[in-house]
Amino acid sequence: MTAHPEASGLGRIGVVTFPGSLDDGDARRAVRLAGGEPVALWHRDADLRDVDAVILPGGFSYGDYLRCGAIARFSPVMGKVSEAAREGLPVLGICNGFQILCESHLLPGALTRNDHLHFVCRDQRLRIDNAETAWTADYAPGETITVPLKNGEGGYIADEATLDALEAEGRVVARYLGGNPNGSRRDIAGVTNEAGNVVGLMPHPEHAVEPLTGPTTDGLGFFTSVLKKLVTA
Amino acid sequence: MSLDTVKNAEQTPEAEQPWAELGLKQDEYARVRELLGRRPTGAELAMYSVMWSEHCSYKSSKIHLKQFGEKAPHSDALLVGIGEQAGVVDVGEGYAVTFKVESHNHPSYVEPHQGAATGIGGIVRDIIAMGARPIAVMDPLRFGAPDHPDTRRVLPGVVAGIGGYGNCLGLPNIGGEVVFDACYQGNPLVNALCVGVMKHEDIHLAKAAGAGNKVVLYGARTGGDGIGGASILASETFESSDGKPAKRPAVQVGDPFEEKRLIECTLELFGEGLVTGIQDLGAAGLSCATSELASNGSGGMRVELDTVPLRDPSLSPEEILMSESQERMCAVVEPGDVERFLEICERWEVTATVIGEVTEGDRLEIFWHGEQIVDVEPGTVAHEGPVYERPYARPEWQDALQADDASRLPRPAGGEELRAAALALVSSPNQADASWITDQYDRYVLGGTVLAQPEDGGMIRIDEESGLGVALATDGNGRYAKLDPYTGAQLALAESYRNVATTGAKPLAVTDCLNFGSPEDPAAMWQFAEACRGLADGCRALGTPVTGGNVSLYNQTGEAAIHPTPVVGVLGVIDDVARRTPMAFAEEGHLVYLLGDTRDELGGSAWAQVAHGHLGGLPPEVDLEREKLLGEILVSASRDGMADAAHDLSDGGLIQALTESCLRGGKGARIVVPDGVDPFVFLFSESQGRALVAIPRSEEVRFNDMCAARGMPAARIGVVDGEELEIQGQFTLPLDELRAAHTATLPALFG
Repeated sequence: MTAHPEASGLGRIGVVTFPGSLDDGDARRAVRLAGGEPVALWHRDADLRDVDAVILPGGFSYGDYLRCGAIARFSPVMGKVSEAAREGLPVLGICNGFQILCESHLLPGALTRNDHLHFVCRDQRLRIDNAETAWTADYAPGETITVPLKNGEGGYIADEATLDALEAEGRVVARYLGGNPNGSRRDIAGVTNEAGNVVGLMPHPEHAVEPLTGPTTDGLGFFTSVLKKLVTA
Repeated sequence: MSLDTVKNAEQTPEAEQPWAELGLKQDEYARVRELLGRRPTGAELAMYSVMWSEHCSYKSSKIHLKQFGEKAPHSDALLVGIGEQAGVVDVGEGYAVTFKVESHNHPSYVEPHQGAATGIGGIVRDIIAMGARPIAVMDPLRFGAPDHPDTRRVLPGVVAGIGGYGNCLGLPNIGGEVVFDACYQGNPLVNALCVGVMKHEDIHLAKAAGAGNKVVLYGARTGGDGIGGASILASETFESSDGKPAKRPAVQVGDPFEEKRLIECTLELFGEGLVTGIQDLGAAGLSCATSELASNGSGGMRVELDTVPLRDPSLSPEEILMSESQERMCAVVEPGDVERFLEICERWEVTATVIGEVTEGDRLEIFWHGEQIVDVEPGTVAHEGPVYERPYARPEWQDALQADDASRLPRPAGGEELRAAALALVSSPNQADASWITDQYDRYVLGGTVLAQPEDGGMIRIDEESGLGVALATDGNGRYAKLDPYTGAQLALAESYRNVATTGAKPLAVTDCLNFGSPEDPAAMWQFAEACRGLADGCRALGTPVTGGNVSLYNQTGEAAIHPTPVVGVLGVIDDVARRTPMAFAEEGHLVYLLGDTRDELGGSAWAQVAHGHLGGLPPEVDLEREKLLGEILVSASRDGMADAAHDLSDGGLIQALTESCLRGGKGARIVVPDGVDPFVFLFSESQGRALVAIPRSEEVRFNDMCAARGMPAARIGVVDGEELEIQGQFTLPLDELRAAHTATLPALFG
């Protein structure tokens, strides 16, 4: 990457704010607690401010009255994010961010209404199935973590061939344990792209970074993973 | 229809006007004519009718609500008292907190989803209008019988509406209540509380000062929704009494994405100091916003009504004034700041329009394409509505109700019967685990939630550096209030106060939502008067002033009124949220203490309802001095790290509290019934001023010394241990069995 006047070193993680983003402040806090420098990015600006990685946070991007993330995909900032992601920039989409990554075709599949038709907020156990992505390298393969889950449209679906391919290529990043909360196919909670730099995750690791406000601090690993990768890159 | 201008009204004094259809009484209409010295124009009539409705003018309740001010205890913490859109409380470190509870009862019965959703939207805008960033919401909810088919329509809709709107706004839902009682069948109570935080210097008030300043309407475009809602909803019940078609209110429809942008946009406007005065548009829409802003300032305002952006271009000026379209705010802005104001609105894609300006003089003047349609003194619209001294009388049946004491009811005896009674209680709809409902709300967003339901109170961290935080609880018990409304209101206050103290926070201030039947019924009006008196006296005794709230009357279908239901919200402050006391029994070996005195008090109890469907006798006695002492003990125990867990005792008594603390922590307890105490009374009594506390053995001496020194009865009743809740010599409940009973009820009813 070329030097940028704003750059203060490695570990600048951009967090995109859409007008309906809700967990953007929480994602920035998580980056800070993990030792990185959070950088606020605005949906209307086609400018990534030379960040080293990008988080698309939870929320309702543009209200999501249509399919979740369907409009966000066309925002100026997403044009740049897609471009950079294809060149290897680490990108993590959490909840609504996961939906946006699928709508942007950076990740396969789609997220649909929870099978029980209710919004669900609960502490969710997950198993990390791929501990080699830019965002999960700090976990041990098969490690069990508990982080909050909160969504209305979190059911992961894809055709059988795609699901088989994801499994065969080890691209299922995390799976639900202790009961599938939303009807996701094969209990999939998160997936990655072929290169392992783009990760989409339905649960919220940014809400499990402090013992006082989260059920655990298990979520920190997502943020320390990417920061370590940036240091060693 | 031709435009009814001021000039036209002067020239046609005898024109027929639909004042009755708009909800005005004959003498109220006459009063309007007298104030104006002519007949009102159609637009003026619209404004007076909505602003003089029960909902907006508090005409039946005002004389009783006065006590909250007159009897208010002195409080250094109170920055803005009763009368503004919401009260403001100093919580230290330069922070101020504003909070308020409101009702959206009638709309939520008509259209549960939108009614509940817009209830959240409205209370959130009240909080923003004070200059605060909203940080959490809570929902005290009351429904009809759990197995009634209509409850299956109302409850899921209300819950989805609250979740759908609140979750999209990004506000954690941290508590509330869920109560079922057949008395709420036709009149469910959907109350909503919002709390916000700001720095002292950011407090904003609804005031239009400074001639030449611009009036900016921003947010959603104005449509036909909710027209006349305020007037019609609050002035009569849904039933038509005289054979004419019933008034069907048009419930407003909410758009949380619009509100989310409105919140962020408004906070940015505050941040840049661009707002001189501000008011949200809720009930009575522009009629309310313009008349209140003008009358709270110097009085003069000129509005060009045809500049208001419309969703429905066919709306008449009267309808525009009455529309209750959601997600709108009205700000007063200095002329030099207007350009920047509009820029920020554009950044958030919020429609903003200059619709008028503050003028010299004391008239509110509204024009429609250059012709004047309103010329009033704004104070007469906003503040000088009618005030009624409604007749009230203690109902004849009150004596018989109180005489029907719960002590005559057959009680369980022996371990087996007590065990069955315990399981029946904790699995009853009112005492069962409510997570089927509360799991539909986001409690994590914003990252400040330290405690949320099912904890005694919700707790939010305000400052990430210092750990300063606030705790909130809402409580009400309509059964107690039916037996004795004066005491019932104090019991609601006592429980809410106790819940806040249980978390470790010091209670500071009160908000209330007073849900009652028809003020035209002397019995309901007596209940209301008694509850107000009780609450005002109680607040004085506890030193926690009422900072604001809401009254909802006409919760009545035909002759059948709801139980009088004062819902009381208490706000407390905690210096460091890391010191909070959760309710869970989490550590084996910790000692279980019961604080307070247990008496044979089963009147209005959950046991009487579950076991016998009985409501009679007197509610438990209330001792506010004791509540205050208990609060001090709980706060000290938290601050000095003596208590590992604490849980308030209220409806359902000790057995309910033990069940909840055990299940929350996944740990059992061995409990001993003290000598000379009846096991049934020990487990099921609802005596007040009590709490359960878990103490590490290392702290026992210090804790006992503190209680003894301050005169607080404290009895060691057991120990946290194992996988069972054991009441020694009586019965044992494995946690798995207890959990199954406690959690299965609501999913079975509504899942």
